[in-house]
Amino acid sequence: MEKIPILKMGDFLLVTIQVDMHDRLALALQDDLTRTISQTEAHGVLIDISTLEIVDSFIGRMLSNIAAMSRVLDAETVVVGMQPAVAITLVELGLSLPGVRTALNVDAGMELLRASVKATKEMYGSRLH
Amino acid sequence: MAVVSTENVPVKTEPDVVTVRRRVREVSSQLGLSLVDQTKIITAASELARNTIIYGGGGSMQVQTLNGPRVGLRLTFEDNGPGIPDVDLALRDGFTTGSGLGLGLGGSKRLVNEFEIFSKPGAGTRITITRWK
Repeated sequence: MEKIPILKMGDFLLVTIQVDMHDRLALALQDDLTRTISQTEAHGVLIDISTLEIVDSFIGRMLSNIAAMSRVLDAETVVVGMQPAVAITLVELGLSLPGVRTALNVDAGMELLRASVKATKEMYGSRLH
Repeated sequence: MAVVSTENVPVKTEPDVVTVRRRVREVSSQLGLSLVDQTKIITAASELARNTIIYGGGGSMQVQTLNGPRVGLRLTFEDNGPGIPDVDLALRDGFTTGSGLGLGLGGSKRLVNEFEIFSKPGAGTRITITRWK
């Protein structure tokens, strides 16, 4: 079965969705990602959806689920690169992706993840003293 | 109103949802719909195709291109499933009898210019959506 690759880069996991996902593939990605977060102890997940032509309620739910699951596993999720037409459609459909952080591009997304990991470390650091 | 072309696409198994999206993308792009309008009708089609499979037990999508006086795309999803007992309730956001978000029907309605639904318990469901250029 086809699979969406998950790349590890330092503390973070990178996923670029480049195919029109059928529902089972989206569910498989959700499972793969949570497993990989726990195996690699990654602290951030960046999902690039710049080539996705649509986000319907199923894919939207998958993104929300991934964000929620990774948070429980101590990792932040940032979704980057949503096309403007997709954003307009998503909101009219009634989805606002609760709990999902977004950034306009990969650079901004990485910046967000780094800042959030740094903030977490500082918080724990200050508690130790 | 003149129907320029009609074709039927099977909506029976889960991978058919991807085929539906691809076909609606091709036709709406050929018709010259704006990118936002294309995205809206593809998204609506994706929701309705999934409903056809999950709740209707499979069916079909009819694709019609319209011309005269207006150019538009009309999609009809039809199944012979159990039907919807209370259409008004099913259209309400957040209502679902499945495991989804309950945005499929109401959300699809908001994404198109015309939305018609015929459903009776035991007699299947037919939903027609139209997006004008």
